[in-house]
Amino acid sequence: MAHLSNERPNERPNRPLGPEAPQPFAPRTAARRRGDEIWRRVFHASTAVAIIALAALLLNVTNSAFGYAAVRFKHDPSTITFEGRALPDLDRAGRIGLIRAQVPKGVVRDLDADKAIESRPDEDLEGIIEERLTQPKVLHTWSLADSLFHSGVVRAEQQRDYPDARLEFRRWLSWRFITAPQSGKAEIAGIRTAILGSLWMIVITILFAFPVGVGAAIYLEEYADRRSRVNQLIQTNINNLAGVPSIIYGMLGLAILVRAFKPFTSGYIFGVGSGDSGRTILSAALTLGLLVLPLLIINGQEAIRAVPNSLRQASFGIGATRWQTIYHHVLPSALPGILTGTILSISRAIGETAPIIVVGASTLIFKDPTGPFSAFTALPIQIYQWTSRPEDVFRSIAAAAILALLILLLTLNASAVVLRHRYRVKG
Amino acid sequence: MTVAAEPITGQREQAASIHASLRRRSRPGESVIQGLLFTCGAISILTTLGIVVVLGRESLRFFLTPGISLFDFLTGTVWQPHLLKFGILPLVTATFLTSLIAMAVALPLGIAVAIYLSEYASHRMRSTLKPILEVLAGIPTVVYGYFALTFMTPLLRVFLGRDVVAIFNMASAGIVIGILILPLVTSMSEDALHAVPRSLREASYALGATRFETSVRVVLPGALSGITAAFMIAISRAIGETMVVAIASGASPRFTLNPFASAETMTGHIARIAGGDLSFGSLDYNSLFAIGLLLFLITLSLNILSQRIVRRFREQYD
Repeated sequence: MAHLSNERPNERPNRPLGPEAPQPFAPRTAARRRGDEIWRRVFHASTAVAIIALAALLLNVTNSAFGYAAVRFKHDPSTITFEGRALPDLDRAGRIGLIRAQVPKGVVRDLDADKAIESRPDEDLEGIIEERLTQPKVLHTWSLADSLFHSGVVRAEQQRDYPDARLEFRRWLSWRFITAPQSGKAEIAGIRTAILGSLWMIVITILFAFPVGVGAAIYLEEYADRRSRVNQLIQTNINNLAGVPSIIYGMLGLAILVRAFKPFTSGYIFGVGSGDSGRTILSAALTLGLLVLPLLIINGQEAIRAVPNSLRQASFGIGATRWQTIYHHVLPSALPGILTGTILSISRAIGETAPIIVVGASTLIFKDPTGPFSAFTALPIQIYQWTSRPEDVFRSIAAAAILALLILLLTLNASAVVLRHRYRVKG
Repeated sequence: MTVAAEPITGQREQAASIHASLRRRSRPGESVIQGLLFTCGAISILTTLGIVVVLGRESLRFFLTPGISLFDFLTGTVWQPHLLKFGILPLVTATFLTSLIAMAVALPLGIAVAIYLSEYASHRMRSTLKPILEVLAGIPTVVYGYFALTFMTPLLRVFLGRDVVAIFNMASAGIVIGILILPLVTSMSEDALHAVPRSLREASYALGATRFETSVRVVLPGALSGITAAFMIAISRAIGETMVVAIASGASPRFTLNPFASAETMTGHIARIAGGDLSFGSLDYNSLFAIGLLLFLITLSLNILSQRIVRRFREQYD
C-alpha cells in the first residue's frame, strides 16, 4: 500500500503534457496495482466466506443443542415425595426406592428383566422418573446465545407466555440422550436405537465393500490389460458410477434388494427374522456398499499405483508369482493409502441419508436392531425426521443428534490420520 | 525357490524332477485369484446394469399404463399423482432453479477460493485452509439441510421480508447446496490451476503483469478445461442433491420460477414418496422410477460431458 501512495503524485503532473510529449513509462501502473490489490481482497474475502459458512453451520447447530427450555411437568417434582423427602432432594438410593414404590409394578418388572434398576446408571434412573413420574413437557426452547446473553429477556418471555412452566437449562446432547432409546416424545427420546442401526449398517457395509473394492482395484491395476475393451469398459464405468446421485442407488436398493431379493434380505431363506419385509439393515448396508464401491476402487487404485514399480520387478526377479508379489509386496506398501480411503468412504456412508430413507422408509422404529434382518433407523434418518417436525423441541434434539453424528465422523477421520501415520512409521 | 521345494525322492528321478520343475508350472490358484478379482471389478458393471434395468423396466411399466404418455410426462405442468396427472415440469424447474442458485453461489466463490489458494496463499495458509475445506466436504448433507431450514431461511426472511420468503423455499436450499458443493468446485479447480506450469507465470511476471493479471489472463485460461469439468461435476452434484431440498425447499410440487416460493424437486419428491408408505408396483411407485430415469440420464450426460471436455481441451504442458 505504501508504495502506491508514493507513486501517485509522480504520475499526476505527467498527464497534461499532451500527446507530443514522450509517453511516460507504464502510466497505468498505479491503477493496475490498485486493481490488483482490490482483487486480492476479493479473493481473500471469498475464502473468508467459506470459513464463515462452516463456522455458521457449527455455531447454528451448537446454538440449538443447548439452552433454556420452558418445561411443564405433569407432576411437579416437588410434589413427588419418597419417605418424606421431595424428588429434587433424593439421593440415588432414594430415587431407586421411589421408582420401586411409585412406578407401576408391571413396568418395573419389565425394566428389571432388561437390566436391574439398582445397577443402572444415574442417567437411566432420571429417564425412568421423567417418563413415568414427572412427565415433563417442553413447551418452548431458547437458543444457547439467547440463554447466555439475554437471559433476562428469556425469563420475561417465559413469565409472559408460559407462566405455568418452569425454566430449565437443558443440555440436549447428554449421556442420557445417547443411551436412551428412540421415542415419539422429544423430552425422553434418545439416539441409542439410531446409533446401533448405523453401526450395524456400517459394519456390514465394510464387510461387503472393502474386499470387493480392494479386489477390483488390484485387478484393474495389477492384472488388467489396459488395451482390452472389457477392462476399459470397467474403468469408465467406475468413473461414471462415482457421479451417480446417491438417491438413484437408493432406488436400485429398493427395487433389487428390498423387493426382488426379499427372501434373502429379509432373512427368510436363512430361517431367521420375520421374513415379511425386505426393508432391513442388510438391504441398506448393501446399498451403501454399492454406493461407496466406486470411491473405494478409485482410492485403492491410486494407492496401488503409488507403489514403486521396482518393488514388483524385484519380486518377479526372484521368481515370485503375480499373486505372491501383490500379496507380500504391493498390498502391504499400499495399505496405508487403502485404509485412509476406506475410512473416508465409511464416513461418507455413515452420513449418507437419501438412499437409506428410500430403502428403509422413514417410519418410526422404537426397537433396537438385533441383527442384519431387523428393521432399522439410523442417525441421519433420525436427524431428518426430527428436523421435519415443526415443534422447536424437535429442532433441539435434531441439533443434539447432529452434534453426536459430527463427533462420530470427526473421530473416524482422526483415526484415519493416526492409522496412516502409524503404518508409515512401521513401513 | 521352486527347485528347493520339489521333493527329491530318488537318484533316477532327480534329473527328471529338476527338468520338470524348471518348466512353467500350472498354478490353478493364481487363475482362481485372478478370476475372483475380475469378479470384483465386474460387480461395478453389474451395478450399472442393475440401475439401467431397474429404472428402465419400472419406467416402461409406468409409460405403458393406460392414460399416461411420454409426451404428457415431459411437457405436463401439473404433478398430482392422486389425480393421475404426471407432468414432470414442476419437478424439473424446481431442480434446475435450485441448482442454478447453487451454481451462482459456488461458481464465483469456488473459483475465487481456488485462485486464492493456488496463486496467493502462503504455504502455511494453504495447509490450514485445505483441511477446513475438507471438513466442509465431509459434513453429511442432512446437516446442511438442517442448516438451510434453521439458519438460511430465517436469515433470508429477516433480510427480504416474511411475506416475500416462504418458510420452505428454493432460494435457501439453493444457497446451501452452493455451500455444500463449494469444496468440490474449489479442490477440482485448484488442482487444475496447480497443474499450469510455473514457467507460464514467470513469463507473465517478467512482462510486468501483476499477480491478478497473471492469475486471470494466463493461469485461468490454461486451467479452463479442468475448471469447466469441475463445474459439470458440481452441477450434476447439485441436481442429484437430495436431503437439503427434501428438508428446506418444500413438500409439494409447484410450477413456479419464484425462488422464494416452495416447490419440490425431483430428488425431494423421490425421497418423500419412497420414504413414506409405498406399495410396490403401484403407479406411484413406478412414477418414481420414471423421475429417477430422467435424473440418471441428466447427471450421466453431465458427467460424460465433463470427461469429454477434460480429454478434448486439456492443455498438454509436458
